[in-house]
Amino acid sequence: MSSDASGAAPGAPEGGAAVDRMAGVEAVPGVAKPDPILTADGVRRSFGGLTAVDVDHLEVQRGTITALIGPNGAGKSTLFNLLTGFDRVDAGTWSFQGRPLNRLGGHRVARLGMVRTFQLTKALTRMTVLDNMLLAAPGQSGERLLGAFARPVWGRQERVNRERALDLLQRFKLDAKKDDMAGSLSGGQRKLLEMARSLMVDPSMVMLDEPMAGVNPALVQSLLGHITALRDEGMTVLFVEHDMDVIMGISDWIVVLAEGRVIAEGRPADIRRNTQVIDAYLGAHRGEPAGAAGTEESG
Amino acid sequence: MDFMNILAISLETAIGPITAIYVLAAIGLNLHFGYTGLLNFGQVGFMLVGAYGVAVCVTTFGLPLWVGFLVSVACATVLALLLGVPTLRLRADYLAIATIAVAEVLRLLYRAEFARPVTGGVYGRQSFADRFYDVNPIPSGSYGVGDVDFSANQLWVMLVTWGLAAVALLITLALMSSPWGRVIKGIREDEDAVRSLGKNVFVYKLQSLVLGGVFGGLAGAMIALNQQNITPDQFMPQVTFYLWAMLLLGGAATTWGPVIGPMVMWFLLTAFDESLRALSSAGVLEFIGNSEIGALRHAFVGVALLLLIVYRPQGLIGNRKEMLVNVK
Repeated sequence: MSSDASGAAPGAPEGGAAVDRMAGVEAVPGVAKPDPILTADGVRRSFGGLTAVDVDHLEVQRGTITALIGPNGAGKSTLFNLLTGFDRVDAGTWSFQGRPLNRLGGHRVARLGMVRTFQLTKALTRMTVLDNMLLAAPGQSGERLLGAFARPVWGRQERVNRERALDLLQRFKLDAKKDDMAGSLSGGQRKLLEMARSLMVDPSMVMLDEPMAGVNPALVQSLLGHITALRDEGMTVLFVEHDMDVIMGISDWIVVLAEGRVIAEGRPADIRRNTQVIDAYLGAHRGEPAGAAGTEESG
Repeated sequence: MDFMNILAISLETAIGPITAIYVLAAIGLNLHFGYTGLLNFGQVGFMLVGAYGVAVCVTTFGLPLWVGFLVSVACATVLALLLGVPTLRLRADYLAIATIAVAEVLRLLYRAEFARPVTGGVYGRQSFADRFYDVNPIPSGSYGVGDVDFSANQLWVMLVTWGLAAVALLITLALMSSPWGRVIKGIREDEDAVRSLGKNVFVYKLQSLVLGGVFGGLAGAMIALNQQNITPDQFMPQVTFYLWAMLLLGGAATTWGPVIGPMVMWFLLTAFDESLRALSSAGVLEFIGNSEIGALRHAFVGVALLLLIVYRPQGLIGNRKEMLVNVK
């Protein structure tokens, strides 16, 4: 795959650390942010006797890259599922852009502008790359059962969407593959496709569940470039990741989850110094280089 | 042994009323399974409520035939909603269990003693199709080429049923080439992904289930009119499995699969039956009586399906490349 892909994304080399987008925010769990896009209160979910998620208060600052980290089983993916309507909470409220999301199904959450990707990439394998993209476009009149018969009406929409899809595919270096079945793409290309596809929905916040898992190192750089580019365009990014180098390199803010609770929050530098985090999260890997944490990830 | 005769009878079956009925029902099943990925193992249930919609309306309530057709469509819609609303939010296997069970429960309900005043119980319903044949515009007589021929009434049923199948095919074609169809195919691939992109997966699945079920209901209505009498026990679960075999033979998720599949299958079945019968009466296979032929037919279908799955999993006209795409 193209190794120069990161060049397509402006602002990639400078990373998150160069500009402090979280200036003046204290690094304590549950701290209030100046302009939160997502606010969660008392979100709880247990499976049988096991409490998977128990978050008292969490805010995500608009226009930043926020990383969600924590050891395996910390409840990161469960929290993702809860926030995006893919699982039901036992208790708690949360709102996105001031709008409460409780009890909304996954599709409603996506329509409000919070779009997620999955840890195990969900490319629609027996559809072409372009169809994967077009499927995601919002507000298509031809998607209604009766509207589907009015080809002239949705045909016009389709042309506009196709242009937007091709632009996005070009940006993610997938334009040459547009007519291939999505199932024929490599793992990394599928990650790119999933990210491009989520942008077709026109989200204000993207939730990336382990975007780097199973991606070869050359492509990691390109993916990182794309993620920082999203932020630089004004989007909010919340992502789960294991690779510490990646996290420290691009995050504006890091939230550490352990046993379902937020045990720490802060800038990358704060987290590096936080002894609680080192004990809870990195303690298990002490003695290994930080980067090795990512290689054990299997999904 | 008269090969030309066997060929003619087989051809007759392959384009005849029964095949047309199975094509119509298979188009519905193709929408369910081929495109949406819904495991409907109870298509025969839709055919049953469709058949009884016409029969009961006309005989029990003395309503006109066209009302019977509307009732068939309404019954199929209600059945689809009853099956879909509780199960389509759950994993795919729940629909499969519900459909196979409900189809069989329906058959038992319709044949139950307490239902007899309405459905005729085990005796079913007769003489409701007169109005249908009264409006037959084809002058009576025999039509055909060579040994292949049909009566005017058969031709009338064929005309209507193939007409309905053509309409169903056109509707499916129009839908599947639209953005609606794209969402439907996406749901087949991964419904969570489609949900994450802001589509209400439940509603799409329900729409697909209703539409394909209505095609099944219409096929049932045509069974009733073709036979002019119906009993509950002809709607056994194997009808559904014949439909599945035919759809897979033709090629699921293709436009022409549900048309080619039933035609080829009925041709082969009839040719097989007739050949055995001819061999048996010629004294070559004396040990095979008429009752064994029915059993052997099932064995033949089984072997054919087995060969199909091994050598041509995509069906006769399916796309092998698409079939073998790495699905993880």
